[in-house]
Amino acid sequence: MNQFFFGTYPYIALTVLLIGSIARYERDPYTWKSSSSQLLRRKQLMWGSILFHVGVLVVFFGHLFGLLIPIQVYEFFGIEAQAKQLLAATAGGIFGTMAIIGALILAHRRLMDPRVRANSSFADTGILLLLIAQLALGLISVPYSLSELSSGGVIKFMAWANGIFTFDPNAASHIQDVALIFKLHIVLGLTIFILFPFTRLVHMISAPVRYIWRPGYQIVRTRRKKA
Amino acid sequence: MSHLLDRLNFLKSTRVGTFADGHGQTTIENRDWEDVYRNRWRHDKIVRSTHGVNCTGSCSWKIYVKSGIVTWETQQTDYPRTRAGMPNHEPRGCARGASYSWYLYSANRVKTPLIRARLLKSYRRMRKNNSPIEAWSKLQSDPILRADYTSTRGKGGFVRAEWDEAVEIIAAANAYTVKTYGPDRVVGFSPIPAMSMVSYASGARYLSLLGGACLSFYDWYCDLPPASPQTWGEQTDVPESADWYNAGFLLLWGSNVPQTRTPDAHFYTEARYRGAKSAVICPDYSEAAKFGDIWLAPKQGTDAAVAMAMGHVILREFHLDRQTPYFSDYARRYTDMPMLVRLDEQDGRLVPGRLLRAADFDDKLGQQNNPEWKTIALDREGGNPVAPNGSIGFRWGEKGKWNLEQKSGDKDVDLRMSLVLEENHDAVVGVDFPYFGGAASETFAKTDHPEILTRNVPVKKLKLADGEAYVATVFDLFCANYGLDRGLGGDFVASDYNQNTPFTPAWAEAITGVPRDRIITVAREFALNAEKTEGKSMVILGAGLNHWYHMDMAYRGIINMLAMCGCIGKSGGGWSHYVGQEKLRPQTGWIPLAFATDWARPPRHMNGTSFFYAHTDQWRYETLKPEEILSPTAPAGDWKDTSLIDLNIRAERMGWLPSVPAFKTNPMEVAKSAKAAGQDIPAYVASQLTSGQLEMSAEDPDAPENWPRNMFVWRSNILGSSGKGHEYFLKHLLGTDHGIQGKDLGEEGQRKPIEAKWHDDAPRGKLDLLVTIDFRMSTTAVYSDIVLPTASWYEKNDLNTSDMHPFIHPLQAAVDPAYDSKSDWEIFKFIAKKFSEMVPGYLGEETDIVALPTLHDSPSELAQDQVRDWKQGECELIPGKTAPAFATVTRDYPNLYKRFTSVGPLMEKVGNGGKGISWDTKTEIAQLKALNGTVAEAGISEGQVRIESDIDAAEVILMLAPETNGEVAVKAWDALGTHTGHDHTHLARAKEDEKIRFRDIAAQPRKIISSPTWSGIESDEVCYNAGYTNVHELIPWRTLSGRQQLYQDHLWMRAFGEGFVTWRPPVDLKTVTDEVNISARNNEPHLVLNFITPHQKWGIHSTYSDNLLMLTLNRGGPVLWISEVDAKKAGIRDNDWVEAYNANGALAARAVVSQRIKEGTLFMYHAQEKIVNTPGSQITGKRAGIHNSVTRVTLKPTHMIGGYAQLSYGFNYYGTVGSNRDEFVILRKMEKVDWMDEPVKTEAAE
Repeated sequence: MNQFFFGTYPYIALTVLLIGSIARYERDPYTWKSSSSQLLRRKQLMWGSILFHVGVLVVFFGHLFGLLIPIQVYEFFGIEAQAKQLLAATAGGIFGTMAIIGALILAHRRLMDPRVRANSSFADTGILLLLIAQLALGLISVPYSLSELSSGGVIKFMAWANGIFTFDPNAASHIQDVALIFKLHIVLGLTIFILFPFTRLVHMISAPVRYIWRPGYQIVRTRRKKA
Repeated sequence: MSHLLDRLNFLKSTRVGTFADGHGQTTIENRDWEDVYRNRWRHDKIVRSTHGVNCTGSCSWKIYVKSGIVTWETQQTDYPRTRAGMPNHEPRGCARGASYSWYLYSANRVKTPLIRARLLKSYRRMRKNNSPIEAWSKLQSDPILRADYTSTRGKGGFVRAEWDEAVEIIAAANAYTVKTYGPDRVVGFSPIPAMSMVSYASGARYLSLLGGACLSFYDWYCDLPPASPQTWGEQTDVPESADWYNAGFLLLWGSNVPQTRTPDAHFYTEARYRGAKSAVICPDYSEAAKFGDIWLAPKQGTDAAVAMAMGHVILREFHLDRQTPYFSDYARRYTDMPMLVRLDEQDGRLVPGRLLRAADFDDKLGQQNNPEWKTIALDREGGNPVAPNGSIGFRWGEKGKWNLEQKSGDKDVDLRMSLVLEENHDAVVGVDFPYFGGAASETFAKTDHPEILTRNVPVKKLKLADGEAYVATVFDLFCANYGLDRGLGGDFVASDYNQNTPFTPAWAEAITGVPRDRIITVAREFALNAEKTEGKSMVILGAGLNHWYHMDMAYRGIINMLAMCGCIGKSGGGWSHYVGQEKLRPQTGWIPLAFATDWARPPRHMNGTSFFYAHTDQWRYETLKPEEILSPTAPAGDWKDTSLIDLNIRAERMGWLPSVPAFKTNPMEVAKSAKAAGQDIPAYVASQLTSGQLEMSAEDPDAPENWPRNMFVWRSNILGSSGKGHEYFLKHLLGTDHGIQGKDLGEEGQRKPIEAKWHDDAPRGKLDLLVTIDFRMSTTAVYSDIVLPTASWYEKNDLNTSDMHPFIHPLQAAVDPAYDSKSDWEIFKFIAKKFSEMVPGYLGEETDIVALPTLHDSPSELAQDQVRDWKQGECELIPGKTAPAFATVTRDYPNLYKRFTSVGPLMEKVGNGGKGISWDTKTEIAQLKALNGTVAEAGISEGQVRIESDIDAAEVILMLAPETNGEVAVKAWDALGTHTGHDHTHLARAKEDEKIRFRDIAAQPRKIISSPTWSGIESDEVCYNAGYTNVHELIPWRTLSGRQQLYQDHLWMRAFGEGFVTWRPPVDLKTVTDEVNISARNNEPHLVLNFITPHQKWGIHSTYSDNLLMLTLNRGGPVLWISEVDAKKAGIRDNDWVEAYNANGALAARAVVSQRIKEGTLFMYHAQEKIVNTPGSQITGKRAGIHNSVTRVTLKPTHMIGGYAQLSYGFNYYGTVGSNRDEFVILRKMEKVDWMDEPVKTEAAE
């Protein structure tokens, strides 16, 4: 059981995420979009969207760096696992709260505004509710995290994540004994990975971050080469 | 190859350079995404079509089709070029047209035949054991079953149906009605043939073969300016928009060119660049106002007063103090100004009477032919009375003298315009003119002048057959009427513009609010330009002025200015009244197809206004009595005892107006009785009518025998658009829920009509069956019993013309009719087929009697030089002379379909014609046989020209019309030449070989060929301008004097004070009474405002107001416009829901509060659909109405005149018009907006 969810399921999830995204990008490029409903109603969108996006981006990248940076790097810099865990829990708590408030506003808007609701697909509403659930699980885990500061729980997750990416067959065993809440959080997270290619979440990949450093106000593209 | 791999280029630099100091950069990167946009605009084909919607624009469009779906449209730019020095016609088009393709696949499209479920259920039940006709007959004879569906009209309850069943019901209903009540109980309403001629013709051809009646629309819309036929004997003839460019002075009077003539507005702009001066007259700050060098904003409805004052200035400065040679020469040749008017003695005073006629002289001045129709003037040399050529008496019964040469017979004459010089008159006498400005209703200004103004006029005493009489020239009376002091003494004349005397600029300032100096400036510059350019001053006017009850005064006031300045018939000058697509250019080719005159003549026509006035029972609520509009100088008569409906009944009786239905008895039964009595039909009908055994339907519009029973509406949204008195339609014609707040004359205890029979119980639901044929679920469709889905404008083949440009171009099927729809042509063909299959044994070959009024452009326009009513014993009933003609027409019901689909034999036997001339069409029929093929099936149509498809029908029109077949044009001009004694064929000779076919115009719009149907010419020298051939070819106007008729001498004209133009304030319709005004009783903030319904920017011209694309650009639903000042008074803020109501009904809309609206007025742009965003009304408790819910039509007696030269009936030419602008409403903020969207709670909701 543990082996399946934390040893096998991650590979399934990452594979679907990768192949699914590529397939969608190739086959249905016109569906690759954020499906913004801003044109339908601006109400609630400013607060909801900004709180959610700022919160969730910090939380997401926090997880990414926190989990994937090899443990050795921390050791090299002499950062205590305890300090890292405190940082993760605090930042996660603050931004996670922002994100969940934003997400709740968005969910209220999506479900209660008749115009937005009528234009929402099942996936639009579903993914939002799943994200709320995931954020809630994450936030519930914060007190655990803080109460177990000394136990070095964070190290276990890092070891697991590193193990997954280094194809360590025993990766799952690193987190065998963590609290159930963490396990649920991970499983739901992986599930969201699976759903990722089939929802509006794909717009993450195409965020136009390059605009920030792109010089020039006017872009002229050179003539197309003949195919 | 792969989107992903192509994008994996992070390592490759995409920058290849920078420019503009690094603000711009050149990149090299994947551009495949651009193909999205290329594909977006990629299409399979482009088809030429247009929008058939009574839009003067008549723009040709490219319709784009992709995968069998119409995707979008763009403007065509390939109109034939204008000549050098002129801007081109293109681009033409506007946002309304560009959004049309939305309709094809919108939710509002009618996709299948729809039938009212309750009707269908009952019909099916009856049908089980009966034939269709029996089933319909049983259904109609059960009053409960009938009311079961008629009373739910407009409340939903449609079910989808099969074509076959829907058409079966219609055919059965028609057959039953023809047999039971008479064919003239089947009527059809479809407007403006020019917008899609074949579609109009399809229904009209079916009705005409059936003996049903086509109802006129142009007069009903109130777009027909009666002043035009009164003055020129022309329905409406106007310059094309390109001719604006040639004008030196453009006076825009109530026309909002950029908003409602969008595709033509560029000529206005270009004329301004060229240097034309422009003045704009309109009460609101319209889009046109900004084009003007000067903007005059008179109080709404007072335009006639402005025109009177301008006429006063022009006469003073250009005809009296200084005589402009060009103006006086023009007036002498082309107007009735030199004609003599007999002054009648009335109670010891003198009033202008009839124009003097040759018949008034002992020797008839040597005129043996029609002497009572030849007007008289004095020859300058010798001062003898002469009958100059061109008066209408010369038109009929003799040849070669109906022209505008300065001759009397063969003798040269020079007519004297004025007798003002001492040596030219015998006396100066006081003549009485009526003045109506002393009394005015509501908020309109009145002055304290007496109701009779006696002014001095120089006169001559002539010895006539019945003794000596004073006569004066029209010009001298005209000047007196305008209140000009000519040194003859007397009262009520002014030598100074600042005198407060009718009709000086100072006087007008008090009435209109326009400063006198502005009136003087505009009048002076208008005339000065005309003097310098020989007539290149133009007035562009919109129908806004024409929608007032006394529209004729405003129009004639303006026309007088143009006539005084010699502008009519001059390129760059003239009267440009644009109201819709009224110019059906190939008219004479179209008439045989539309009215089936190839099989039987005459067709049955009815004037819409009188029909709806009678049959929606608006007459039962009439608040305006003839005495209120009667002239204080009226000749003796029983005017004061009558009602407006009474006068209309007399008009029908005397053969002035048409009658549909005509007799209380089925005309086919009357014909049978005549046969049984062994009498010929006209004599039999005359004797029966005189003895009272046969009653005219007009006298009892509420008797069930006289109800219209079946009505077809196609190409029209009568209930949502032009149906003035909407709530009366709902109550009486349809029999469903209505919002009428007032009471009828019976309930009010008012004086009732003397000629019309009064029923205390007014009928509810006169129609057995209302069929609407449309591609969209319009307000009318919602109220119908059967709705048939028709092809949209991109799904059928048809023809389109306009008065704005000289081209004819097609509608074409870019795609097949979508869903279950069929083209109008196919629909009526289907009905005809079903009908023909159904009737054998029930109806066969039958004799029908058509009551035909005395018609304009026919010898019967000389029928009645005196007004005499046979019923009152004033004369004998002589059919066609003192009463309608009773024409016998044979209907071949079993062969109706065969007749429908082929050209009948009369075209070869009798030929074709129009406007009083005729020509042979054997050649054209032979050519059509070669082109369309002939009918192979045995039967009555074997060997005749086939008309199977809509394109076949279009070819018939094009082949027969002089405008599209040069050979016919030459024949037509030749035919006219026999009347005028001039050779006019040079106008078409150069195009004799030209034949325009359907495929030609599919390739490119074609300029039409000059024809005598129209008074302008198509040439490379001048733009099309009305009256051009009258002035340049000396073809008389089709009026009594043959000239522009500025004095109207008919008895009724004089009785109602409109012999000469004058100022008449709007009438008091009394619809805001204490009883109705609950806002006043409840002391709640409210306003009483004048209700104005102009044309909007987002809908009409050229699409409807349910188009979501256009609604998005406005407020998404019904709106009213009010001024800021008024809004503040009633506590109304912008976008508030408001309710407007009066005795006629109530409507709800959002308020647009705007500075551009004049205080005291309420604008509701016309034809905002009831089906879009209309909440419930607080007053009626029902769904709120439309703009016409607060209006009701009121007839004008002078429009009923007939049998009198230009004042004779013609379909859409002359007749009563449906004015609606004198109306007032109460406006208040709505407390509660109830959308009434809960389901109906009745057991019948099944």
